[in-house]
Amino acid sequence: MLRIPCPFCGPRAEIEFRCGGEAHIRRPADPDALSDAEWADYLFMRGNPKGVHFERWFHAHGCQRWFNLARDTVGDRILAVYAMGAEPPAGLRREAEVRGDD
Amino acid sequence: MRRYSIFTLARNALTGHRDWPRAWRSPEPRSRYRVVIVGGGGHGLATAYYLAKEHGIRDLAVLEKRWLGGGNTGRNTTIIRSNYLHDESAALYDHALRLWAGLSRELNFNVMYSDRGVMMLAHNPHDVQIFKRHIHANRLNGIDNEWLTPAEAKAYCPPLSIDRTARYPVAGAALQRRGGVARHDAVAWGYARAADSLGVDIIQNCEVTAIRREGDRVTGIETTRGSIAVEKLGIVVAGHSSILAEMAGFRLPIESYPLQALVSEPVKPIFPCVVMSNTVHAYISQSDKGDLVIGAGTDQYVSYSQRGGIQVIEHTLEAIVELFPIFSRMRMMRQWAGIVDVTPDRSPIIGRTPVRGLYINCGWGTGGFKATPGSGHLFAWTIARDEPHPVNAPFDLDRFASGRLIDEAAAAAVAH
Ligand SMILES: Cc1cc2nc3c(=O)[nH]c(=O)nc-3n(C[C@H](O)[C@H](O)[C@H](O)COP(=O)(O)OP(=O)(O)OC[C@H]3O[C@@H](n4cnc5c(N)ncnc54)[C@H](O)[C@@H]3O)c2cc1C
Ligand SMILES: [Zn+2]
Repeated sequence: MLRIPCPFCGPRAEIEFRCGGEAHIRRPADPDALSDAEWADYLFMRGNPKGVHFERWFHAHGCQRWFNLARDTVGDRILAVYAMGAEPPAGLRREAEVRGDD
Repeated sequence: MRRYSIFTLARNALTGHRDWPRAWRSPEPRSRYRVVIVGGGGHGLATAYYLAKEHGIRDLAVLEKRWLGGGNTGRNTTIIRSNYLHDESAALYDHALRLWAGLSRELNFNVMYSDRGVMMLAHNPHDVQIFKRHIHANRLNGIDNEWLTPAEAKAYCPPLSIDRTARYPVAGAALQRRGGVARHDAVAWGYARAADSLGVDIIQNCEVTAIRREGDRVTGIETTRGSIAVEKLGIVVAGHSSILAEMAGFRLPIESYPLQALVSEPVKPIFPCVVMSNTVHAYISQSDKGDLVIGAGTDQYVSYSQRGGIQVIEHTLEAIVELFPIFSRMRMMRQWAGIVDVTPDRSPIIGRTPVRGLYINCGWGTGGFKATPGSGHLFAWTIARDEPHPVNAPFDLDRFASGRLIDEAAAAAVAH
């Protein structure tokens, strides 16, 4: 079980949280302008990386607030926690891209 | 291939079982093959076998990064059934179920397929309605599935508690008598041995690290044991599908989650069938060795850790103990996880990809062991002819753009 550092309540057991899946997926501003393939990419395609993953968590049985979290999916180590709407920490973003290229 | 029989068994018994031949060669990889299959799980090995046997393609290798069946094939709870809701899924899974019946003879390898029946428990009015809908839909598709009252369910599986005061009382069950279990390792080994005897190179400890393309066509791969040129490439790597797709430059609608199972200490035969409960997340059968084989749920987050959270198995064991109070004092011996490849509609993807000559078979998620023979058979057809078999045609990658999903997620909640 993960120990998740809620930015509002501090570290708590994973059973208090719901994982909201991959972060930073933006709903396209003008869906009508997209091809079916582009719409499918938004709806269904996922990064699913073996390495740094940016994801959303919800502290359901606590403060009831959402936040973003970066985690290494190989060993599940939590690397950073940051606010909804913020960009992931620059160093981790670079690491995610480098892994993505190999 | 030297055939196995009662006579070879007797002869080898006389020499203390020291002289059995190796079941397959382990050749060095060549620098080019007509077809390479990535992934030495059951699905990849079955694909190779049917490519060689039914399509005459022998210039063929299976590359496995670790050992045969060391992925989900060797980690699963081996529940086999075909009573899926939608017409497309019923056709797909029953295609496999019909192959299971003759598989040991086909491969000359005892895969220990046992059609002891799979009973799915209903616990509330919603379950009852859904299961009856399944039963009617299955009947229209010629697939056996029958409704049992709680008393009939108990008669079929005596350890089951049908106590009305239980937290999740049993309201009835759907039984597929042709369903059952098989020995997971034997399926991988049986296909490997049979494919090898048809000239297929089975190569372990060989990881694919890159995929080469020229324009929109695949031309070769890099591996930890050298580069290999290919005409066609089949990817069958379950939880690692997104990684291989990314090497080839396209994305998949897949997320990978740890799914857990555990086994108890071995005991004498007590549990005659397979029981599943999607509502309380419990899957249980007894292996021929005597241990109870118990399947649990997935973690809630994407991971490649092959470990799984303790609360997930706790939840399952609570349900098991409630349904089968007789097991409350049994000790659990081992726990593990496999990384399962889950699609948005909980149906697999078997077909062509945006890269020419590159085919993918993935997305079986929590429930692909049952499909192993059928999946290999259909994927071999797809690779050999560069077009899908009618049974797997609906399971293409394009369905996520066209919107023609095959939604077994809503139908089953959990897929096993
Ligand atoms: C705990 C658990 C319980 C399950 N219970 C059931 C059940 O009861 N019934 C059911 O029908 N299904 C069940 N499943 C699902 C089932 O196990 C899978 O759907 C099925 O076994 C997938 O088979 P496969 O051959 O596609 O994948 P795998 O057996 O995982 O084979 C894929 C192989 O690809 C290899 N590979 C990965 N990357 C590379 C690379 N880069 N180069 C070379 N090789 C690579 C891996 O090492 C692996 O051996 C369960 C799964 C788990 C984890
Ligand atoms: Zn909180």
